[in-house]
Amino acid sequence: MDFDLSDDAKTLREAARKFLSAEAGPAVARKAMDGDAPFDADLWAKVVEQGWPAARVPEAHGGLGLGADEACVLAEEVGRSLAPVPLLSTMAVIEALLVAGSEAQQAAWLPKLASGEAVGCLAWAEGAKSPAQMPGTRLEAGALTGVKAPVADGLAATVAVVTVATPDGPAMALAPLQGPGVTVAPAETLDLVRRAARLEFAGAGAEPLGTAGDWVTVSERLAVLHAWEALGTAAAAMEMTLAYAKERSAFGLRIGRYQAVKHKLADMYIKGELARAHAMHGCWAWGAEAPELGQAASAARVASLDALRFTAEEAVQLHGGIGFTWEHDCQFFYRRARQIAGALGSRAHWADRLVRALELRNRAAA
Amino acid sequence: MDFNDTPAEAEYRARVRAWIEANAGEYLEPPAKPWGLDEFVARSKAWQAKKHDAGYVGLTWPKEVGGQGLSPMHQIIFNQEESRTFVPTGLYAIGLGMCIPTVFTHGSPEVIARYVPKALRGEEVWCQLFSEPVAGSDLASIRTRAVRDGDDWVVNGQKVWTSFAHRSDFGIVVTRTDFDAPKHKGLTMFIVDMKAPGVEVRPIRQMSGSSDFNEVFFTDVRIPDSHRLGAVGDGWKVSLTTLMHERLAVGGKPRHAPGYRTLMEVAKGIETDTGPALERADVRQRIADTYIADEGVKLTQMRALSALSKGAIPGPEQSIAKVVVAKTMQDMAAFALDLAEGSGLAVTPGSDLERLQGSYMWAAGLRIAGGTDEILRNIIAERVLGLPGDLRGDKDTPFSAIKPL
Repeated sequence: MDFDLSDDAKTLREAARKFLSAEAGPAVARKAMDGDAPFDADLWAKVVEQGWPAARVPEAHGGLGLGADEACVLAEEVGRSLAPVPLLSTMAVIEALLVAGSEAQQAAWLPKLASGEAVGCLAWAEGAKSPAQMPGTRLEAGALTGVKAPVADGLAATVAVVTVATPDGPAMALAPLQGPGVTVAPAETLDLVRRAARLEFAGAGAEPLGTAGDWVTVSERLAVLHAWEALGTAAAAMEMTLAYAKERSAFGLRIGRYQAVKHKLADMYIKGELARAHAMHGCWAWGAEAPELGQAASAARVASLDALRFTAEEAVQLHGGIGFTWEHDCQFFYRRARQIAGALGSRAHWADRLVRALELRNRAAA
Repeated sequence: MDFNDTPAEAEYRARVRAWIEANAGEYLEPPAKPWGLDEFVARSKAWQAKKHDAGYVGLTWPKEVGGQGLSPMHQIIFNQEESRTFVPTGLYAIGLGMCIPTVFTHGSPEVIARYVPKALRGEEVWCQLFSEPVAGSDLASIRTRAVRDGDDWVVNGQKVWTSFAHRSDFGIVVTRTDFDAPKHKGLTMFIVDMKAPGVEVRPIRQMSGSSDFNEVFFTDVRIPDSHRLGAVGDGWKVSLTTLMHERLAVGGKPRHAPGYRTLMEVAKGIETDTGPALERADVRQRIADTYIADEGVKLTQMRALSALSKGAIPGPEQSIAKVVVAKTMQDMAAFALDLAEGSGLAVTPGSDLERLQGSYMWAAGLRIAGGTDEILRNIIAERVLGLPGDLRGDKDTPFSAIKPL
């Protein structure tokens, strides 16, 4: 049995952590929050130089041809460092092209996304609809019509994967954002670091990208990717809180000596370990293109959202009053937990998908 | 990343599987009716002897003490294959899992030669005499007294929660030999003959109604000094050997215990106010929660196995297993029984609901056994996360002078 990340992925993780702990982190996130820029362009240039957007792009298209393991550790480190760069959004478009893109679509877009010349975003959100519900957005004869909001990194992106209604259910379209018929406006969200946009399409040029089934697969792979991001964000929040519990004192003791405090930290660890195990399973199913992907990805998403929400909430609680101030870093994790939870369908949506996957498996076994 | 054995592991697994198929044929299905205790003991002894003679006992133990000198991975592969059947194994879990490693780590060569081979073959059954009515989580507070008398020690006191004490030939017992030393420093460990005069075993009836444990009373029981394990006053250190092995033994979900699949089965047959139970959002969320917990523990254990397989010592991941599994068992069982309204309360022998009722009763004990939920959270917080220990009022005080704060 080898239920572990590859050595290459571990090496990449170490390098990414070292790089981002110097270049990103809460102070950089605060600068992004206080500024007006849609993303940190300087940091993004350095991230592109590291070759990370190229990770999953095949060598034939100018990429590195790396596996799911490497994509997952990059997501984890972006999550840990809160780096205000559109890496995961760009990786989402790359993954959609890998799953569903025609030869021509891949050739047109993958080299640009790998080199940083193009930046991607995933535009699926419409009001209270889940990723599986029929969108109002339509693609008819190459003309895209509809409104998507909020779209993470939509202000930075030059190309979007947009979900549209088809007779078979929601499916994807590929829409360049710089042509006529596209209006990009800032959309305010709870996350003040990862900026979002409202994308309005009024007969904009776009082309279909794969089938309704492809969107299911892409959403599952991205559920795994965001699960790893959530692991990283939760780990950073936990480490910050742990350090505080070891240093802060009350009633003559370090607060970390009190069971009410240490048991909360133990629960953060427990939830984090369960989430990591499921995220690893999801990573395996993605990399192996295994039939268990639906089940594993759903579980990874649910477990990671549980871990992140608990950790972000209790991080504020254990810091006490100081944790509730604008100046403290707790808010970044608390807000990012909301962003990740809203980025790809809720916990309830994915819990239901998990049970549906189990039902299908049971039916197949019977 | 893959879930397959290495070629060497696969070869060993195939060998084990073939042996089990050839030798455990009568245990491939659950017993038609539950065994009585006598039959359980007899079958356990027969199976243990078979395993022993085929070289499948003490897999990870040194060859000098009769073990096979293999890796933990071999033990895990054997356990996995064995647990596909319904062979009786529980009788030796504590003796071979915890007591005998303590005996061969701390016993004299004569003691090892006398006791270890017979224990390995299952001819003699062992129990562990640690907990007392006043000393559960706080084991170092035990009061069972051992006083030196010539070449012997004379033991008086009471132990509790001793599995299979009434069927055991020997036990390891931790006693207090110095009441004026601080609590951790006045302890000494012995091997005790459970048939010796003055040893009295009484079954405890649990709240579930069944009796899986005993209390054991010692009245002037004589133990020769040659049966001491470790130095006088070193009993705490010796008991840590045992407890380290306990943590490896008490792990995931009990074999064949109900899980998320059972909840799905139960829900399938129930029509609620708002439609079929399996369509109800709260039911689906609970199935998902149970899956996340149980499969999460299983996958976490696979991570530990992978580390083992590469020759590394598993990290602290393992410590989360019981704390997750026991509470999940309790929560899921209560949820399923609620869902079944009246039939969740009524006892229907042989039904899924009856298994869930049993699981609900047992879960309350599992949350305490082998480290309570609270102690395990302390262990995670202190050993894994490096938080400071609880403030203790009694650590450096002579045991006889301790006053609770």
